[in-house]
Amino acid sequence: MNNTNTLKVTTPSDREIVMTRVFDAPRHLVFEALSKPELVKQWLLGPPGWTMPVCEVDLRVGGAYRFLWRGPDGAEMGSRGVFREVVPPERFVATERFDDPWYPGEAVVTNALIEKNGKTTLTLTVLYESREARDGVLKTPMDKGVGMSYDRLEQLLASLGAPQLKKEASES
Amino acid sequence: MLATLKALAEPHRLHIVEFLRDGPQPVGAMVRRLRLRQPQVSKHLRVLSHAGLVDVRVDAQRRIYALRPAPLQELEVWLERYRRIWEGNFQRLDALLEQMNAAEHKPKEKKRAAKSR
Repeated sequence: MNNTNTLKVTTPSDREIVMTRVFDAPRHLVFEALSKPELVKQWLLGPPGWTMPVCEVDLRVGGAYRFLWRGPDGAEMGSRGVFREVVPPERFVATERFDDPWYPGEAVVTNALIEKNGKTTLTLTVLYESREARDGVLKTPMDKGVGMSYDRLEQLLASLGAPQLKKEASES
Repeated sequence: MLATLKALAEPHRLHIVEFLRDGPQPVGAMVRRLRLRQPQVSKHLRVLSHAGLVDVRVDAQRRIYALRPAPLQELEVWLERYRRIWEGNFQRLDALLEQMNAAEHKPKEKKRAAKSR
């Protein structure tokens, strides 16, 4: 789509995925759209054909949320978590755990919003548990703060001729 | 998959993987290419091997390393899925915000739609 509001995905550390995206709207509206259930269920839908029949959000520290998605073939995928920090309209932090996990353990998701000239930059950080990363041989002190852009990784993957998956994401 | 990400999050190891996509290489070639000492290269190769990213075979005196595509394919599937899903989400969010923005600057009826709780 347009060139300014593209999604940027990076991995600033070995446990994080960070997405950055600019929206043409003031921060309080973006915060609402990210946190009010009747708004969230309009956009947080995932792949085409999926809906969000359950979207419950108790937006306060210690409050829980529950999301359930349903796919075109009837498959369901759910996640839940608890809010750890709620600072409208600039940030909220919540845990995330999928019913049928595709990554180990629980993640911590931080939504941070910065407004500039009527536009809002969302920085969405997902911090994964390090359990799996800690095991075995990898006990050596980790190199910290190693940035790797997904673009580079994708180039690498493309050059390896990894198969393109046309039909992804229809399972949980 | 975290093991894959972790293994690749170290620049020298990423270089090794990028180097190996041109074909299998003996340790000596990687030492020259990366300008590291052999024990360091061997340590990185052990990590890559443990993550399933490389295979080794012994050819006379030399250890030849080759990429194993499986973990990278797994990563690609995940990454592409992740990116595509979020791109779709954020495009819908753009549309929603546009409506909310318009509603905020217009009379009540629309405002109610966006503001209702």
